[in-house]
Amino acid sequence: MTDTHIDREALSVLREVMEEGYPELLDTFLTDSESRLAELQKTADAKALSEVAHSFKGSASNMGAVRLAALCQELESEAKNKSPSDIARLVADISGEFADVRPIYEYERLHAVTH
Amino acid sequence: MQAQEPLTILIAEDSAADRLLLATIVRRQGHEVLTAANGAEALEMFRRQSPHLVLMDAMMPVMDGFEAARQIKALAGETLVPIIFLTSLTESEALARCLEAGGDDFLAKPYNQVILAAKIKAMDRLRRLQATVLQQRDLIARHHDYLLNEQRVAKAVFDKVAHSGCLSAPNIRYLQSPYALFNGDLLLAAYTPAGDMHVLLGDFTGHGLPAAVGAMPLAEVFYGMTAKGYGLAETLREMNAKLKRILPVDMFCCATMLCLSFQRRSVEVWNGGMPDGYLHRIATGERVPLAARHLPLGVLSPQAFDDRTEVQTMAVGDRVFLLSDGVIDTTDADDRLFGVERLQQLFAANREPDNLFAEIEQALHAFRGEPRDDVSMVEISLLEAAHVVPSAPVYSDSGQSCPLDWSVSFEFRGATLRRFNPLPYLLQLLLEVHGLRTQGGAIYSVLAELYSNALEHGVLGLDSSLKRDAAGFARYYEMRNERLEALQDGYVRVHLQVKPHGAGGCLVIRVEDSGKGFDVARVMERPLDGVRLSGRGVSLIRQLGHNASWSDEGRSACVEFFWEG
Repeated sequence: MTDTHIDREALSVLREVMEEGYPELLDTFLTDSESRLAELQKTADAKALSEVAHSFKGSASNMGAVRLAALCQELESEAKNKSPSDIARLVADISGEFADVRPIYEYERLHAVTH
Repeated sequence: MQAQEPLTILIAEDSAADRLLLATIVRRQGHEVLTAANGAEALEMFRRQSPHLVLMDAMMPVMDGFEAARQIKALAGETLVPIIFLTSLTESEALARCLEAGGDDFLAKPYNQVILAAKIKAMDRLRRLQATVLQQRDLIARHHDYLLNEQRVAKAVFDKVAHSGCLSAPNIRYLQSPYALFNGDLLLAAYTPAGDMHVLLGDFTGHGLPAAVGAMPLAEVFYGMTAKGYGLAETLREMNAKLKRILPVDMFCCATMLCLSFQRRSVEVWNGGMPDGYLHRIATGERVPLAARHLPLGVLSPQAFDDRTEVQTMAVGDRVFLLSDGVIDTTDADDRLFGVERLQQLFAANREPDNLFAEIEQALHAFRGEPRDDVSMVEISLLEAAHVVPSAPVYSDSGQSCPLDWSVSFEFRGATLRRFNPLPYLLQLLLEVHGLRTQGGAIYSVLAELYSNALEHGVLGLDSSLKRDAAGFARYYEMRNERLEALQDGYVRVHLQVKPHGAGGCLVIRVEDSGKGFDVARVMERPLDGVRLSGRGVSLIRQLGHNASWSDEGRSACVEFFWEG
């Protein structure tokens, strides 16, 4: 599962770039992502959905969460056209994908600290 | 990766993780980082810290990146503050909005350090280039202002020098292109103490300020020496020596100088390197060329300088026409010269002398296809002597030390007579006497007449009857030059006596020469017409002075001037 969800190469670059700031970056990403997810789940407005998805997509792509970024991209561009149920399903997919990759970032966090 | 000076870079990004990541990357590349979480913060940060470059997210709460970019660009003014939009925007419409808002480049997510470093470097180069261009533009603008101001000052000074003479006299018409002052053309005119008129048309090599700088000493010598009564030869020698001394070798001044004598009805000409001038004899329609016989002023050493002049008779209404080389050197589209022949055709076609300038200008315009800005022309006509009203010289001293009872005698011999003109010194001496100043012109005229009679007819033995016609007139002055060059012996004596007389005083001038004398009685029988070419100027002397008398068989002349207290 890891290869299609996470770009491991990107993660190692981040680790190298951030050095001692790496754990903070991981924490920030996770906190940020949670608040974005919450926004997605409580918003019905297509434009607002699209904007949150846009930002989420940006940071997901920076963090190597390639599938999460792709799902956000889909929501960003399709929010205007999709039915509320399709949107609800897409938001659920995004939420599920985040739940899937979250342990990886937590592991990285733990690993970085113990290292 | 750090081959450039550190910049201060503002990062405006609402996503905390992206902001942290980007700030870390940029900092690691050696730059100072400022961060903002929305457009409004970014603007505030920009106002306070003036960063060099901005990395700007497009989609942000409070104020989006487009608006922030617009306002930052407006604040930056002419200074280039590059803005790189951070975006994963894929729609070209959104990218176009970034450009409209003043964005200079884009950086897509996920961030790539190498690409980011390259973009920052490229933008920094652009930023510096713009700063250099602005700096140089301002420098050029300052230099330009400075130059314009210098030219304005030089022109103002030059105008004062070049126009303090008598160019507005009724017998002078001239045309100088508006730009002619600074293309090196120079036109000067002034009355001599005797009421003759000196005119100089000059053309400096070089343009602009250098030419104007050379023109000023030339004009000073011209006005100064003319006012003191020096003739063409002395004035030209002085101008040549001065220019030779001060000008660099590749600079000199082509010039034609004239002395127009209303009393003697003649014109004396020296032409150094100028195009032919013309003496237009109205009665016959003949145009006598006044050709260049000398090198320009400022070329030869004082020893080698040739001050020989030519003298031509003139009748009332005759005109002397001088022009700068701008006229005949005008070329058409095929590089053909306007030339002297075309000028002479214009002369021939001219019916109304007053239209000549306009006709020449028109012809030059038609020939070249556009007007020229370096054409100078001047025309001086001979008036009745009685119609010439030279302006009175202004004296600045108080007159308290005015001498009233003295006499002085000079004897000028061979070699001195050849080169030296004593008249300006004698005049200066006499003008120390306040009462004589109002008669300065008349005294100078009489003194000049007596002196030239003593020298030419007495010492040199020239026959004044030669001067009856124009050919003889020219011959007379050729012989004068020849005999003067060969002169060894002989003398002219000048005795001046000033004594009180009633409430005023009296000046007695006596001039003696070593010549053969003349038949006084026969000359005195002639009527006082004063305008003939020959006749030893006796009429003039008798009209201007009192008690004119000749003794010692014409070898000694005496005349008196009186003034009231």
